[in-house]
Amino acid sequence: MGDGTVPRMHQRRATTTAPARPELELGRVVPAERRLDGVPKVTGQFAYASDLSAAGMLWGHTLRSPHAHARIRALDLSQALAQPGVHAVLTHEDVPGQKRYGLEFADQPVLAFDRVRYYGEPVALVAAEHPEQARRAAARIRVEYEPLEPVADAPRATELPPIHDHRWTHGHGYLDDPRPNVVRSLVIRHGDPDAGGDVSVAGVYELGMQDQAFLGPESGLAVPDGDGGVDIYVATQWLHVDRDQVAPCLGLRPEQVRLHLAGVGGSFGGREDLSMQIHAALLALRTNRPVKMVYSREESFVGHVHRHPARIEAEHRADRDGRLVCVRMRIVLDGGAYASSSAAVTSNAACFACGPYAVANALIEATSVYTNNPPCGAMRGFGAVQTCFAAEAQMDKLAAALAVDPIELRLRNALAPGDTLPTGQRVSGSLPVAEVIRRCAELPLPEPEELPRDAIRLPGGAGNTTRGEGVRRGVGFALGFKNLCFSEGFDDYCAARVRLFENAGGELVAEVHCAAAEVGQGVTNVIAQVARTELGTENVVLAPHTTATVDSAGSSSASRMTWMAAGAIRLACRAAREELERRGGALAGGEIGVERVYRHPRTWPLDPDTGQITGERAHVAFACAAMRVVVEVDAELGLTRVVWIGAAQDVGRALNPQAVEGQIEGGTAQGLGLALMEEISTRGGLIDNASFTDYLIPTALDVPPVESVLVEDPEPDAPYGVKGVGEPPTVVSTAAIASALRDATGRELARVPVRPDDVVGL
Amino acid sequence: MEVLTPRSLAEALALKAERPDAVPIGGGTDVMVELNFDRARPDALLNLNEVGELKGWSREDGRVRLGAALTYADAMRPPLCDLLPALAEASRTVGSPQIRNRGTIGGNLGTASPAGDALPPLLVEGAEVEVASVRGSRRLPLSEFLLGPKRNALAADELVAAAVVTPSGQPQTFMKVGTRNAMVIAVCSLALVADRERGELRAAYGSAGPVPALVSAPLADREAFAERVAAAARPIDDLRGTAAYRRHALRVLTERALERCLA
Amino acid sequence: MRIALVVNREPHEADVWEGESLLFALRERLGLPGSKNACEQGECGSCSVLLDGRLVCACLVLAVQADGHEVITVEGLGDGDQLHRVQEAFLEAGAVQCGFCTPGLVVATVDLLERVPQPSDDEIREALAGNLCRCTGYAKIFDAVRLAAGIQP
Ligand SMILES: Cc1cc2nc3c(=O)[nH]c(=O)nc-3n(C[C@H](O)[C@H](O)[C@H](O)COP(=O)(O)OP(=O)(O)OC[C@H]3O[C@@H](n4cnc5c(N)ncnc54)[C@H](O)[C@@H]3O)c2cc1C
Ligand code: FES
Ligand code: FES
Repeated sequence: MGDGTVPRMHQRRATTTAPARPELELGRVVPAERRLDGVPKVTGQFAYASDLSAAGMLWGHTLRSPHAHARIRALDLSQALAQPGVHAVLTHEDVPGQKRYGLEFADQPVLAFDRVRYYGEPVALVAAEHPEQARRAAARIRVEYEPLEPVADAPRATELPPIHDHRWTHGHGYLDDPRPNVVRSLVIRHGDPDAGGDVSVAGVYELGMQDQAFLGPESGLAVPDGDGGVDIYVATQWLHVDRDQVAPCLGLRPEQVRLHLAGVGGSFGGREDLSMQIHAALLALRTNRPVKMVYSREESFVGHVHRHPARIEAEHRADRDGRLVCVRMRIVLDGGAYASSSAAVTSNAACFACGPYAVANALIEATSVYTNNPPCGAMRGFGAVQTCFAAEAQMDKLAAALAVDPIELRLRNALAPGDTLPTGQRVSGSLPVAEVIRRCAELPLPEPEELPRDAIRLPGGAGNTTRGEGVRRGVGFALGFKNLCFSEGFDDYCAARVRLFENAGGELVAEVHCAAAEVGQGVTNVIAQVARTELGTENVVLAPHTTATVDSAGSSSASRMTWMAAGAIRLACRAAREELERRGGALAGGEIGVERVYRHPRTWPLDPDTGQITGERAHVAFACAAMRVVVEVDAELGLTRVVWIGAAQDVGRALNPQAVEGQIEGGTAQGLGLALMEEISTRGGLIDNASFTDYLIPTALDVPPVESVLVEDPEPDAPYGVKGVGEPPTVVSTAAIASALRDATGRELARVPVRPDDVVGL
Repeated sequence: MEVLTPRSLAEALALKAERPDAVPIGGGTDVMVELNFDRARPDALLNLNEVGELKGWSREDGRVRLGAALTYADAMRPPLCDLLPALAEASRTVGSPQIRNRGTIGGNLGTASPAGDALPPLLVEGAEVEVASVRGSRRLPLSEFLLGPKRNALAADELVAAAVVTPSGQPQTFMKVGTRNAMVIAVCSLALVADRERGELRAAYGSAGPVPALVSAPLADREAFAERVAAAARPIDDLRGTAAYRRHALRVLTERALERCLA
Repeated sequence: MRIALVVNREPHEADVWEGESLLFALRERLGLPGSKNACEQGECGSCSVLLDGRLVCACLVLAVQADGHEVITVEGLGDGDQLHRVQEAFLEAGAVQCGFCTPGLVVATVDLLERVPQPSDDEIREALAGNLCRCTGYAKIFDAVRLAAGIQP
């Protein structure tokens, strides 16, 4: 971490360890400033995508499918077009270019034709003067549907008629599984999958479908440029990948489509896929007017992909000393109607299925399937959340079977640098698993509070259901890890451009361009911090994030953006500095402009038949986290209060400790939501809780204090030794809370979110 | 759409008689969700915010008259919270401070949801609903006012004017089960009065039948009371919970409420 | 229809559609997008404003109901360029990530400290339970409230 003053708030709660590898030339980074976008955000001046407006602007609205699976027989727009204030009504026939798009596979129609495959799939678009006029007109579009039997049960999908006529994911270097509805299947065979141990424990685990539930619903503004091109101001995680999907559908060249980052109200993976980008652009180009689209909360629930629901069969075999001998897992992930990033999620679920433990033998079979459920894709933790929940429940079971302390059991199996993962990859960088376990286990547990007490401080909270009756305490522990950055041979890079010039006062100013999406995580601070460090000047100006002036930064996801942006900014700044030195240290009225592209060390694909690496590594690096949780459970009513969470996380190097803690606290809260309350409920593919009244996320009365220990063990392959920090807390917290609930209740609780019925045992 | 904003109760009743299709809007915490989510597009709204007679509460010969526009925040303040403690406890479980500042008793009656949290505490205190129209006003017991899920006994030209209660002054409580610790619609709820004066136990459940309903028994039947409440409920399986859980929870809540009120 | 109201201590008039919320009117008619539109069903609190001094969700007030009334939004808290101490505390404590919840939380905190200058931890949690934040896990928001209240950690 940077030296200098540590913010007061931070000192009180978090502690750090000194870097363990002094031999690494990591360089120091100046301390972080306050959030650069902080003042506009606290005063209401910050322009989120939904706050934008332009002269002559129209409002767009999307007509969506009320069916999970149906054939479209006919579409009649006449009545809609006749409505007051309406300027355009568009269908798939109005898509001038490619009719389909997608993040990894272009399998999703811009607007449905022939068939709708999920509830809420976009069918038609309206632009009108007032949003209410657009809504009323959309209601007048007549669509004749012939309902089809939905494929709704993921584990059975591979035996049911295919929902796509084409095998979109075949021929891309994965195992071309001949079964119907397979998005990707991956089998990792490691050692002798039949190796037996002295003890064996097994279980079947399930996770419901979680929503990112970012607070700022999808929105954006498309402005035609008068030359056939379009500028799109949108809240997204990756401007360039949006552009590369939007342009072909509009039938335009990439440079005719410029994506600009508007204020992002959270993302968590849910903005990795497109939502309204193409739609707003289509309407804008058709009407030659700026068009704004803002999803309602209800629409947001169908407007982005979700976390994959999963069913996981697991068996863990160990010797008498508690050393893992063999792990076997069969994982089914419900990908929903379109591929999104299911293929990569499948791989992650499989690669991290065993947890950060050394295992000599394993058989991991992971399959993601197409169904007529809502599409699933990226969400914080990306496949590792699901398997961590299963794996850690198994570790607790194993500890019980062996009568070993669960933390001790984890220490005995902790993965360390030099160890080999089930994919055959050797851990080459930093991965201080044992240290993280120890540091977490050392955190003192809070003393039990006295009873009776105000109901607000008890399970059931404001509901006033107990003053202490039925309340039992439980303590749980979990450990998890996942990869950082993109994997499996993906060309993962980030560009940055630096312009040095002199201001009116003759001082050196650095203008930094990077398309990295600020989604709330604070990457703009990292960019400025690195630029200040490398250029030795306080005069750093960040240019707007856009595709117009700089190449791609890659996505604000996969815990990669801090690493990648720091790498790119550092390269560009150093190049600029060298140039400045070449010029004798002065600009003399001129200016310097350099663009540099940073790539992390290369990765390789997994062998489609064995799941083994085909080069040195499939993942560039890893990060782990451990959590200890105290819960109070009202065992009679099945209600819960999470009392305290202690977390230790492997953060590489914390450039901005306050922001790192913020990621840990926020990531933990999302995992808590999945453990206790969050699930998109579907029936035959139809969502029946698309609102914040029925899809509950944790409130201020649900999230406990989180005590964080930042374990700093610099990553040798990363600039300044940083690691991404956003995902590990979400990976472990669901598992850790479930562990504590089991301790309090003695029940198996093999499904999350845990319902009161499960706790009570009904 | 049209918004009518009367400045007095008489004006409100006249407008309602003229425009029986006009949907009353008080705090708007139910009506606005319908509008924002595009679930309702009434031709007219009758904005009751400017009708002074509906606000606040008063005492009239031993009875307490809660104006239809009484908010949950009002119900939580002394001295009203001491007169009707279960209603105050229930109010504290409603939504958030923002909702409690706007949401009203009249609106809760108007919505007549099985999950309406003001309803069980009013039922156990034997509340009557005062409804008014240009034809005059009438009072009917709350149990007769609630007809079914989201159905009440208001005629098209009537408004809720008040809820009228004679506070028992007896130990009482309210509890509500939800799957998070604040801001939930009840999975099920219970209000209970241990009325020593009348030698009677009265409980009313919410979210466990088509309407919140009252169950009573002699004080002496305490042992069997929890079972009785659970048996009287008519819960269903829905998004928020199962019928089996609701019955189970009512049993637990009743036992605990008895503990609290008879301790 | 035309409404007249006082927003942030200044009189305003606006032509509104009868069915629209105060939130929509503030954001789209009065050029005050600081109050946020995250759910429009009263569940998230990001649209919190003070209506006649009371904390409410602007999405649940009919615009027409605000006719003749006074509204304070997040834009009206500071004094010119001077931040309100609650805004200052949110920055200092690191309580802002994506910031979408922030305007609502700032307004709710101002309301809380007005009523209860030295709130306990439980009081803070209960008072802010109607303001969802998806990014921070609330810890630093509670820090900010305590900081603004001058409560020593
Ligand atoms: C986020 C949120 C949380 C909530 N939490 C809870 C909760 O925990 N418990 C709970 O019970 N409810 C809850 N509600 C629902 C709602 O707040 C209550 O039902 C409240 O009492 C409604 O009052 P209101 O004045 O806002 O009603 P409005 O929305 O104004 O009206 C509700 C209904 O009553 C009618 N009406 C209103 N006043 C009159 C009158 N004087 N005469 C005749 N009809 C009338 C209206 O036409 C409408 O049908 C919640 C709502 C929201 C948005
Ligand atoms: S937008 Fe008003 S409460 Fe969510
Ligand atoms: S900071 Fe993003 S929702 Fe609170």
